[in-house]
Amino acid sequence: MFLSYFTEQPMAAYPEDEGLRAGFTSVLFSNKFFDPVEGSRLYRERLDEYRLVEEVGFDGIMVNEHHNAPFCMQPRITVWSSILAAITERVKIVQLGNPLPTYDSPLQFAEEIAMIDMISQGRLVSGIVRGAGQESVCLNSNPAYNRERFDEAHNLLVKAMTDDGPFAWEGEHFQYRVVNPWVRVLQRPHPRIWVPGVFSPETLVWAAEHRYPYISLNTPLHLTGELWQIYDEAARRVGYEPGPENRGYLLRVHVQDTEEKALECAREFMWMQGQFTGVGHPYWVNPPGYGSDSRRLLYTKLANGLLPKSRAAPFEEQRRTHEIVAGTPDQCIEALRVVLETCRPSILMLWGNDGKVDHIDSLRCIELLGREVLPALREIGDGLGLHDPFELDTPISLALTPPDELHPTG
Amino acid sequence: MSSAGVRESRTEVAGVEIRSSGRGEGPPVVVLHHSFGNPGWLPFHEQLARTFALEAPDLPGFGGSSRPDWARDVRDLALLVGWWLRRRGDAPVTVVGCGFGGWVASELAVIWPEGISHLVLVGSAGILPERGRILDQVLVSHSEYVRAAFHRPEAYEAVYGADLPDDLLIQWDLNREMTARVAWKPHMYNRRLVPLLPLVRIPVLVVWGEEDQVVPLECGERFARLLPDARLEVVADCGHAVDMEQPEALARLVRDHLSRGEPCS
Repeated sequence: MFLSYFTEQPMAAYPEDEGLRAGFTSVLFSNKFFDPVEGSRLYRERLDEYRLVEEVGFDGIMVNEHHNAPFCMQPRITVWSSILAAITERVKIVQLGNPLPTYDSPLQFAEEIAMIDMISQGRLVSGIVRGAGQESVCLNSNPAYNRERFDEAHNLLVKAMTDDGPFAWEGEHFQYRVVNPWVRVLQRPHPRIWVPGVFSPETLVWAAEHRYPYISLNTPLHLTGELWQIYDEAARRVGYEPGPENRGYLLRVHVQDTEEKALECAREFMWMQGQFTGVGHPYWVNPPGYGSDSRRLLYTKLANGLLPKSRAAPFEEQRRTHEIVAGTPDQCIEALRVVLETCRPSILMLWGNDGKVDHIDSLRCIELLGREVLPALREIGDGLGLHDPFELDTPISLALTPPDELHPTG
Repeated sequence: MSSAGVRESRTEVAGVEIRSSGRGEGPPVVVLHHSFGNPGWLPFHEQLARTFALEAPDLPGFGGSSRPDWARDVRDLALLVGWWLRRRGDAPVTVVGCGFGGWVASELAVIWPEGISHLVLVGSAGILPERGRILDQVLVSHSEYVRAAFHRPEAYEAVYGADLPDDLLIQWDLNREMTARVAWKPHMYNRRLVPLLPLVRIPVLVVWGEEDQVVPLECGERFARLLPDARLEVVADCGHAVDMEQPEALARLVRDHLSRGEPCS
C-alpha cells in the first residue's frame, strides 16, 4: 500500500462570524479577513508537521491548490512541492492535483515540475485536475473551455517531458513557437500522473483510458463500487485489466490517544464543509460551460435556488459511514479495515488535520498515524492484495504500455 | 404576445444554422438580443412588425441557432450576422442591438457599415466604463442577472412570469455558456472597438434606461460622443432591457429615428 498524508492547510485563524455574515466563504469573501501574521505561523507549523510525516513512516505527502478561500492556504501547488523537495529526503511528493486548465503556460509548469523532480531526486507524482469551478472564476480562466484546455495542456505536458526539443506547439488554446525546456524531469520517461476527482464520470473514463490511477476524493464509501465499475469498464475497453493499483482513496482520519480527544479534533472536519455558511454559491462552483451537459438542469436549478444547497451530513452520520474516521489508533484501524475491504484502493490518502486543530494535536495525530496505524494498514493491505503502482512497477500510462500487453475489448 | 403569423427561418452561414423569427412588411429591421437571449416573440418585435419587415434572429450559439465552435470573440458573431444579412439579401438594414446584441451590432457597424442603414444601440455593451462596472453575470445567478435588467419587478414578470420553468433555465444556461465562449475575458467590452467607432458614419440612436443597473449610462454617453452621427435618448423609469420594459416607447424612438434621412457622407 502507498500511504500518504494530507491537509488542506486551512487558514483557521479567519473570523468565522464574518463568514456567517457574508453567507459564503469563497471567491468574494474579502481577503481583508486574512491575517498574514497568523498565516506565517501556520505555514511554519506545517513545515514541522511535514517533517514529522516523513519521520514516522508515511510514503507520501499530498499537496493541492485552491484560491480565494480560507479552507486552503495553498494557491500554487508547485511552491509547496518545491519546499517539500528541499526539506524531505524520502517521501514522495504527490500533487493532487495541478489544475492544468487554469494555467496560462503549461510549458512553464513543465519546467517547474522538472525542477521539483530533480531537487527531490525523483520523488514527484504529478497529478492533474480540471480545477474546481470557482478556481476558473478566481483565476479568470474560461470555464467553457476548461475540458479542452485540460486535454491540450496534458498532451503538451507529456510531450514536453518525453520528447526532445525543440519542437513547435500549435494547439487550439496554447501555442509555442519553441518548446525546448532546458530543465527536464529526472524520472524517465516522466513522473507518474495520477488523477483525483469527485466522481465526474467523464474524468473517471478519461483517467482509465490513459491508465492513470484515479484518486477518489472522499466519495461516500457505498458509492465507490459504482465508481470503480465506470473506471474498470473503460480500462477493459482500451485493453488492460484494472486492479487496486489503479485505485486511490482520500478520507478524513483523525487519531488521538483517547476517543474523546479524537472526536473533539475530528469535529473540525466539519469546519471546511461549510456546515454553517456553505462554502460558495452554486453558480461559482459551476461557472458557465464548466459542468457536464447531462447535469445542466440540475446545476442551473441549484444556481437559481430551486433546489436546496447540498449540506454535509452530520458528523455522527459521516462517522458511521466511514467518511470521517476518528478515535484511538485501534478504533481507526478497525474502521479503516472496513474502508480497505470495501473500496480496495492501493493508494490511501489520510486527510489528518483540518479546521482549528492546533499544532500540538496535529503533531500527535501524525505521530500516532505513523507509528501505530500505518503498520497495521500495511498488514491489512497485504492480506487483501492491495499492491500499489510502485510495488508492482506498473506502466505509467497507456501510451507507455507495451502494445502486445494490451487487449482492447471496445 | 401572440406569435401567430410569425415566419421562422433557418439560414446556413459558414456551417452555422441561424434561426430567426420574422414578421411584417416595409423597410428591413433586425433586432439583436441580450446575452440572456430571446424569450420568444416579444411585444417590442410586434410593435416594429406593424411598420417594418422585422427579423429577430437568435445570435449564433444562442437559442435555436447552432454553435460556431470556433468563435472566440464577439467580432466573430458580428461577422456571422453580416454574412447572414448578405445571404438573405436584405442589406442595408436597420440594426437594433440590445445589451450584448448592441455590442454585436457595434462590431458589425465597424466591419461592414455599408450593410447598415440606421443603427440603434440599446444599453449596449462593448465599451469599458471609466467610472462604474458592467454587471458581471458570472458572479450572480441566472435569474438575478435577468431581473437586474429590469427596473420594475412587475416588468420582469410580465415577460418571464413568476416561475422558472426547466426549458427557460436550460436556455439561460446555454446562452450564458455561449456568452462566456466569446466574452469571458475581457467581460463585455473590447478595447479594439473604441478607436474604430469614429469611422462609422451611420445615423445612430443610442437609447439607455435611466435606471440601467447592468451597463452604466456613461457607456451610452461615450457611444454618443464617439460615433459621429449619434444622439442619446434616456428613457425614464426604465432599466437595462428597454426593449422588454418599455417596448412601445422604444418602438416609437426607433420609428422616429428611421424617419431620418440617409447616412451622412
